[in-house]
Amino acid sequence: MVVPLEHVIALSMILFSIGVLGVLFRRNAITIFMSIELMLNAVNLALVGFSRYYNSVDGQVFVFLVMTLAAAEVAVGLASLSLSTEIARQ
Amino acid sequence: MSLSFLFYLTATIAVASAIFVVLNRNAVYSAILLVLCFFALAVLYLLLEAYFLAVLEVFIYAGAIMVLFLFAIMLLNLGREDALPKFMYLQRALSVLMVALFFFGIILIMLHEPGVLHQPGDTFSAGGIHVLGEALFSKYLLPFEVASLLLLVALIGTVYLAKRKI
Repeated sequence: MVVPLEHVIALSMILFSIGVLGVLFRRNAITIFMSIELMLNAVNLALVGFSRYYNSVDGQVFVFLVMTLAAAEVAVGLASLSLSTEIARQ
Repeated sequence: MSLSFLFYLTATIAVASAIFVVLNRNAVYSAILLVLCFFALAVLYLLLEAYFLAVLEVFIYAGAIMVLFLFAIMLLNLGREDALPKFMYLQRALSVLMVALFFFGIILIMLHEPGVLHQPGDTFSAGGIHVLGEALFSKYLLPFEVASLLLLVALIGTVYLAKRKI
């Protein structure tokens, strides 16, 4: 590994905390969605780090599934956001 | 330039762009900075020898998801957000406190028990598309199929939400 696993986890923790703060701070729904993406990516980074550390492919499969979930979540979330904005404007 | 230096440089870029994503009031700038953050994460995946996932990160996140975000921002005209009302400041302080507690809790646990994590070997054989595909279609076949079902449900749900009057 290029760096110790602790550093990868620390970076993942920092990114996750920034994402949580974004969800708690912002009132713009789209920025909240972006912060959720940031949190998912932080978890992905930790999973990839552990996959490299334990020399197994399982973590990468989880990352693959998390990416699928993120795509589905964003599609449904943005559709419902556009719907709610449309209703609010009527 | 050694690889570990490249890791720390990319990590700094990722953290800085993530902070600006959260702090920026203009959603378009946030989206562009989030693309930068995703590219930095893709480089980190490459350094951790997850080659296929680095490609997927650029394709799915920086390509598909962020284009969807930019479309939504521009179609709905959601660019700017209003200033915060006064009573929210207590909530903000409290949330910073909670996140700091969460963050330093895990960091302190990691620092207190140094010896738990040994150093792994230098050879790594699970980063390529071949091994990942083999795992997806043998050991993880059921989650893979469930993921495809999830995508189908998301597709139908999105079409239903976006076009109520069919």
